[in-house]
Amino acid sequence: MMLSRVADSIYWMSRYIERAENIARYINVNLSLMLDQQPDGQNQWDALIQITGDHAAFKAKHGAATLASVTNFLAFDRDHPNSIFSCVRAARENARTVREAISSEMWEYLNRLYLKVRDRAAAKDLFQIEEGSQFFTEIRLAGNLFDGITDNTMTHNEGWHFCRLGRMLERADKTSRLLDVKYFLLLPSLSDIGTPYDELQWSALLRSSSAYEMYRKRHGRITPDKVVAFLVLDHEFPRAMLYCIARAQESLHNITGTPLGTFANTAEQQLGSLRSQLAFSSAKDIIRSGLHEFIDEFQTTLNEVDASIFQNFFEIRTVQD
Amino acid sequence: MRFEDYQLDGFFDEMFQPDGSPRPGSALLYQRLRSLSDGDLTRYQQSAERALLNLGITFQVYSDKEGTEKIFPFDIIPRIIEAAEWRVIESGLRQRIYALNLFLQDIYSDAKIIKDGIIPADVIKSAKTYRANCEGLKPPQGIWCHVTGTDLVRDRDGQMYVLEDNLRCPSGVSYVLENRRVMKNTFPSVFADLHVRSVSDYPGKLLDMLQNLAPANAVNPEVVVLTPGIYNSAYFEHSFLAQQMGVELVEGRDLVVHNGYVHMRTTRGLQKIDVIYRRIDDDFIDPQAFRADSVLGVPGLMEVYRAGRVALANAPGTGVADDKVVYAYVPKMIKYYLGEEAILPNVPTYLCWIDADRQHVLANLDKLVVKAANESGGYGMLVGPHASEAEREKFAGLIKANPRNYIAQPTLGLSRVPVLVDDTIAGRHVDLRPYILYGKDIYVLPGGLTRVALKKGSLVVNSSQGGGSKDTWVLSNNPARSTQHGNANGST
Repeated sequence: MMLSRVADSIYWMSRYIERAENIARYINVNLSLMLDQQPDGQNQWDALIQITGDHAAFKAKHGAATLASVTNFLAFDRDHPNSIFSCVRAARENARTVREAISSEMWEYLNRLYLKVRDRAAAKDLFQIEEGSQFFTEIRLAGNLFDGITDNTMTHNEGWHFCRLGRMLERADKTSRLLDVKYFLLLPSLSDIGTPYDELQWSALLRSSSAYEMYRKRHGRITPDKVVAFLVLDHEFPRAMLYCIARAQESLHNITGTPLGTFANTAEQQLGSLRSQLAFSSAKDIIRSGLHEFIDEFQTTLNEVDASIFQNFFEIRTVQD
Repeated sequence: MRFEDYQLDGFFDEMFQPDGSPRPGSALLYQRLRSLSDGDLTRYQQSAERALLNLGITFQVYSDKEGTEKIFPFDIIPRIIEAAEWRVIESGLRQRIYALNLFLQDIYSDAKIIKDGIIPADVIKSAKTYRANCEGLKPPQGIWCHVTGTDLVRDRDGQMYVLEDNLRCPSGVSYVLENRRVMKNTFPSVFADLHVRSVSDYPGKLLDMLQNLAPANAVNPEVVVLTPGIYNSAYFEHSFLAQQMGVELVEGRDLVVHNGYVHMRTTRGLQKIDVIYRRIDDDFIDPQAFRADSVLGVPGLMEVYRAGRVALANAPGTGVADDKVVYAYVPKMIKYYLGEEAILPNVPTYLCWIDADRQHVLANLDKLVVKAANESGGYGMLVGPHASEAEREKFAGLIKANPRNYIAQPTLGLSRVPVLVDDTIAGRHVDLRPYILYGKDIYVLPGGLTRVALKKGSLVVNSSQGGGSKDTWVLSNNPARSTQHGNANGST
């Protein structure tokens, strides 16, 4: 039992940090990919903007996608609600309203992180390649550190489960976007399939999910269907979509006390059927019927789950006597 | 660190005696400070400030998205209060709070103190903070002022005076606790050898006191802290206290009155609550009982309170004793209710509604401090000796137009303490706000918030006007501290 407002803030605090981490992952992988770019390669910065789903806002503001414009937009733009800076700020603002519900270590870490990102965002100079990937590596690490601090300092009570629920739903969404962009935007150059460049892209994709080594251990050679199998359907890899959905579902059922396999509200129903769908799919089926369509539907379902969570747990309704 | 250029300027100094030698309790601190190399203290100060920033102990200066967040200015040199003096302060505060509570109980029931001619009825009924709809209230255990933060000042002669009682929602105790935490981390060597009384059990005492207020049938009383929200300047403190006590921090919109009880909205529906430590003024706690335009409060809360189904700390109505005219009568209250003389005197106060006092005030505006009866935070105030002729004229007009609303006091030469200013040490004026809890008995937190006017020569210590704070070290009676023993493996 906890305040609806507090649960809401914890859930979003966690989502925003995960989001910031994933944006840093996207940028990081693009920076390294850029260095391997073929001279006639397509504009991968444009692809990056596509992943985030903020293409329209970006275009209106910057027009052409370049290293500097995309990086500054995604990392430091204070008016862009999904920039790293905005996400860290929002995570910290949410944490500030629930300081009494989280551990002081969580708050203090998030506050320090905010101060650091704010200072970088306030610096006048735009991001240039010479700055290197260190900042984004730090943000990636920050997400992991925050998760670790959360797991080790906060009682695994209802608040913690809302935290994990938010983190896992956000991560599932972000992994799906990453996969989508490779498949949908980079793949169409059919002549590249099976070339060293194709493998380079798949490796970069795996690396941005911290999945490269784990994939190698599991499947060895890099092939598109195996990558899909790994990032969508793996039970054990912590950034795989199925893994995330399974953990989110566990947390949701921990919050309500409803036994797994049954449901007592729409959020449980939607998440349960999504998990079953993933658990009983194969990569070949998914690719045959269209990976992009599959991912699109997946993201739509996640949005519905999010709306149901809001209605079931956070929304303030008038009390009838 | 050099003290050679440090000037007392004729003020009482909390660290030094008039001949320039350190007071006995400060001798060790003085030695340590002197033994520091140039720049050490500045480094300690900076690391303390950095720690406060990282802890997020800040207040918002502007309300734009990132805001400009500032830490409450903090000075690294502690203010020391010796054990013997603290005993006097502590007993004086107990006496005063006990009497003030009896006064509140009396004034909202039989009002005997008026009938017996000690305080004129007019003075009470004309106080803006008197709440007629609190008449007849019976708070649990007859306690009204559960948390008090009395402001004390010391004049040139060394005497401590009570300046204000602050019986409503006094803030600042979180700074006492966090300042101490930071001092222990940044300045441990001095701290270890002085025998400083701990302040860390305040949240536990506060929780005990609040649970003790719960209606008798509440088994595991649900206590909450009620805050106006994140944009309130004391929000940090609200969340800090809730966190330290392990209770929920709620806003008005989290609460609802349902079936005659106050509930909070949770992920599993409504949950009844028993005790509210409210950090919202009377005016805003219930739009049905007080200000109808308040969106911060809980409609119907006062009805539940009146029925004894929820407890509030502090009780509504306590502000009447914060009225500066009513304040002037506190020594008489102590005499009336307890038959004792006040241990801690009031600052002599002229009441402008009395003709003779008013004439004296108007004739001496250049020497006096004039205050509006119901303002705080250093607002609505004239410091005569520092004011311009035009300002004094303005206040003369205000006083004549509304004599009930003004009081005047002599300009005190507030005591000073050494403060670090740009790598050197200089004297600045301070006050002291100890915190008192009234539960099963009266508890005085050893120490309190020492507020310091950081501007040279300024007498205004309020944070809204350039004030900062210091850690306040109350020394324990027992100076002997045994060395730590370890086992054989540890001592080699």
